[in-house]
Amino acid sequence: MKVEKSFSVYKLIQYIVCILLAILSIMPFYIMIVNATRTTYEIQQHAISLVPSGAFFNNMKILTGKSFNPLIGFRNSMIISCGATAFAVYFSSLTAYALVVYKWKLRDGFFTFILAVMMIPAQVVSIGFYQFMYQIHMTNNFLALILPSIAAPAMVFFMRQFMIPALPIDIINSARIDGAREFYTFNKIVIPIMKPAIATQAIFSFVQSWNNLFLPLILLTDKNKYTMPIMVSLLKGDIYKTEYGAIYCGLLLTVLPLFIVYFLLSKYIIAGVALGGVKE
Amino acid sequence: MNKKKVSYAKYGYIFSVPFVIAFILFTLYPLVFTIFLGFTDMKGLGSTLATAHVQEDLFANFKQILGTGTFRTALSNTIGIWIANFIPQIFLALLLAAWFTKTKPVKGQGIFKVIFYMPNIITAATVAILFGALFGYPMGPMNDLFKTLGIIKEPYFFMQNKTWARGVVAFIQFWQWYGYTMIILISGILGINPELFEAAEIDGASDFKKFWSITIPNIRTVLIYMLVNSLIGGLQMFDIPNLLVTKSGPNNATLTASVFIYNQAFSGSYMYNRASAASMIMFILISICSAIIFFLMRDKYEVAEKKAIKKAEKAMKKAAKGGAKA
Repeated sequence: MKVEKSFSVYKLIQYIVCILLAILSIMPFYIMIVNATRTTYEIQQHAISLVPSGAFFNNMKILTGKSFNPLIGFRNSMIISCGATAFAVYFSSLTAYALVVYKWKLRDGFFTFILAVMMIPAQVVSIGFYQFMYQIHMTNNFLALILPSIAAPAMVFFMRQFMIPALPIDIINSARIDGAREFYTFNKIVIPIMKPAIATQAIFSFVQSWNNLFLPLILLTDKNKYTMPIMVSLLKGDIYKTEYGAIYCGLLLTVLPLFIVYFLLSKYIIAGVALGGVKE
Repeated sequence: MNKKKVSYAKYGYIFSVPFVIAFILFTLYPLVFTIFLGFTDMKGLGSTLATAHVQEDLFANFKQILGTGTFRTALSNTIGIWIANFIPQIFLALLLAAWFTKTKPVKGQGIFKVIFYMPNIITAATVAILFGALFGYPMGPMNDLFKTLGIIKEPYFFMQNKTWARGVVAFIQFWQWYGYTMIILISGILGINPELFEAAEIDGASDFKKFWSITIPNIRTVLIYMLVNSLIGGLQMFDIPNLLVTKSGPNNATLTASVFIYNQAFSGSYMYNRASAASMIMFILISICSAIIFFLMRDKYEVAEKKAIKKAEKAMKKAAKGGAKA
């Protein structure tokens, strides 16, 4: 190891700021994890502690004893997020393929349209969406949260940008000469080429769907259909008012899957974020 | 490119059909529906279009919404909280991006990036409840910390104070998003032609001078993109202000536009008509913002497109020379 040659105060400040920010990012979650293992009495004595205690399973018992069923929430969130992600990446690739490979009259117009509607948030159309779902009796149906992801303009845009340099037209042409049908070519040749883009977009789509609160909150009224974020919002209610340990415990359960996903895939996620911005 | 005799154009239409159908059903139709509802008197649980009437005064709902202090409070809260989060966020992100892209960058920046970005992927609902607990009264960790440090003697009810409640919402937004902004800015800075920096170095420009005269002008588009994108996201702020404090805090301190719409339509009053009118006002605001992004991106993609085409042509020539690769 070489000793730092150009050690300076400026450099030191940089490290101090970075380390302080890192603590700021981690601390709230650390307090959450520690307090999830402490009894309500211990938390009332001193709400900050860096040492875990042994009350985790007791807190769990209190938590699940009061209508909080993390397994059901986990299952529901899993179904919705996986379904929505699968639909989003598949159909966005398909739409991007239509935009890149084929020359059709309305193509440029369609792409301009996609750019224009990219920013319409689901929230501003939520009243009409809710009324529509209510009328066709889909309010407690997961499909109401899964099917809309077939039309994901921002993802189509990303897939198209990825496809233009990555997709060799020659391969498609030779598949055609071999007599492959267009749809077959897309499924068997294009999808594998698109794998890196699909993986990145799948992560973000999954996380976004998993974290979504607004639409599930207005659509799902049946307790057995609640998603994880709705379950979390229950922790604010009166029934947990003084059960501090149980609240932290519930919060921990909801972030645990995200922590695992994040630390396994952080490299790809960070790279994906960088790609998602305006490219050079 | 020379085309085969067979026309494949129809597949362009066929493959776009799922997107178009889903878009019409789940975005366009609800949008038109919402616009229409904004002009009707539809309210009450279980009310349907069949019982609704178009208002005699077409813009009655809009007038009422814009006339009530609550909606104006919600809009000004939304903007205020957004500004309080965005200004420190963009400055910190710029500073970190500058540090991380220097010729001798901060060591361990990979780990720092991972840690700074982490709060962004955690469920906003969870983060809101967690911060609500951290600032809890009478016995929350922040109270504990302040008491231990001797800043306060008696437990303080942070969320009963307007400034604290808003400040914490703004802080959470800042805390969740500066890592994201930083990463985008880094990739923007790395995209700048390095020759520009080399030339400046030969001229003996200082780090600050290089940052101010080369980096900033060259990432202008990225900065505007971040600004507008963040504003659109900020206008939709819902989970955190809704879950951090009960009933939007004292004097609706943390009532945002989205929370207002939700409360109008889905909690108690079932004023679908007014919620729709408020949605449309939001929609207009967001449309203005996205129009800016749209024009920015269009120019960007045209440039990128030309580059990609050139690249592909080069690759083709190479392939023709060296024989086809499998």
